[in-house]
Amino acid sequence: MTESHTPLRSTCASSAISSRSTAPQPDPLVSVSGLAKSFGDHEVLRSIDFEVAPGSVTVLVGPSGSGKTTVLRSLNALEVADAGVVRIGDVEVDFAQRPVTRREVATLRAQSGMVFQSHHLFPHLTVLENVTAGPVLARRRDRSESEAEAHELLRLVGLAEKAGAYPYQLSGGQQQRVGIARALAVRPQLMLFDEPTSALDPELVGEVLVVMKDLAAHGWTMVVVTHEIRFAQQVADQVLFMDGGVVVERGTPDEVLTRPRTERARQFLHRILDPLD
Amino acid sequence: MNEQTTQLILDALGPLLRATVTTTIPLTIISFVLGLVLALGVALMRLSSVRAVSSVARVYVSLVRGTPLLLQLFIIYYGLPAMGVRFDPFPAAVLAFTLNVGGYAAEVIRSAILSVPKGQWEAASTVGMGYVTTLRRVVLPQAARTAIPPLSNTLISLVKDTSLASTIQVTELLRVAQEAAAPTYQFFALYGVAAVYYWVVCLVLSAVQSRLEERQNRYVSA
Repeated sequence: MTESHTPLRSTCASSAISSRSTAPQPDPLVSVSGLAKSFGDHEVLRSIDFEVAPGSVTVLVGPSGSGKTTVLRSLNALEVADAGVVRIGDVEVDFAQRPVTRREVATLRAQSGMVFQSHHLFPHLTVLENVTAGPVLARRRDRSESEAEAHELLRLVGLAEKAGAYPYQLSGGQQQRVGIARALAVRPQLMLFDEPTSALDPELVGEVLVVMKDLAAHGWTMVVVTHEIRFAQQVADQVLFMDGGVVVERGTPDEVLTRPRTERARQFLHRILDPLD
Repeated sequence: MNEQTTQLILDALGPLLRATVTTTIPLTIISFVLGLVLALGVALMRLSSVRAVSSVARVYVSLVRGTPLLLQLFIIYYGLPAMGVRFDPFPAAVLAFTLNVGGYAAEVIRSAILSVPKGQWEAASTVGMGYVTTLRRVVLPQAARTAIPPLSNTLISLVKDTSLASTIQVTELLRVAQEAAAPTYQFFALYGVAAVYYWVVCLVLSAVQSRLEERQNRYVSA
């Protein structure tokens, strides 16, 4: 996928990219404070705080049920937290203040693009139509311009020749890469990835991670929920280890993944790195 | 079959065909299209999170499904005039059948909408689509696949149910057959012709249904 670097710098797809090559701002792009959420009696999140610097990659790891997906889904209000403040760029939503209006949700959601575990591509639309769905159907941008941009994005994820295919005709890895292109097409400030490789056959995981690594290298701000520890080690600027609805450890990949301080993190990493042990 | 019966049938073929084309088919199509529009509205009301809205829809569906269609026709044509609302036979029939289709198809559409995975709504929302755009561009096209077979059932039932309109002076296919048969008592022959006409209309609709289903299947693996 080496050829994919060129299109990023060219034409429209690059506009979103070049903006982040300006001098790094001191302010975090994302800040989350006091995020809390319960389902009935079960507290899934208890006061989560973290910040994401522009152009950085934050990876959330932890056992299933630890709340990491709920944190991610709170960043675009797919999950409405009970309390806490989420700010992305200039947009801030205070979840403690009720009701959280539909407009607030929509504005917050528009700040990010999301890649789902099971892609959720639109099955009745072609690959190209999936990628232009955001700009054309939702944002009413010019169709031919959006299509040109979509072709660039498909080239970026290595699927230029699949524009006319339907999602069912693609492999799981290809579907996930279309999902990435679809999310990029709305020109978000932030990319959210919810276990993007967990539903894939092992041999297809690499092609998706390569694209994500590519995005990180081009300065995209990303928040990623994943079990791919090697990806986290290579790409993350910040790793949050979650368990039981709290952030148990945070730091660089080296700090959290190589030399974890807590027993919980050590056990978790041991389980996923040496499952037979 | 004697010569007189044969002649009677041949004489009736034209008028029965005319009744089919000018009354039975338009009555079916107009009622079905209006009924579908109503049904979509009722289905969305049923799915509303506002309790009062979904309750209204629930009561409506219950009334339509819980009372005989013939009675609904009678109430509209013979009953409403007592309250000062008077319809000609054809509009009365359209109204009754529309309300009826609206109730039955609403349940079909509601369950078809529910059959579209929640992830589709979420994905649409994350690329910036609002409720209406998501419904129109993402959910309904997929729901159509699920809804076409049961809606075709509703349509085919409706073709035959329009014969009930003969009881409120609508000169549709059955009524014309009755009128042609009455003077000669050749009920078997003329009702036979009417039955064939209904059947042919339904055959055509079944063929259309198959075509639609094929078209809908183009985006799922064979």
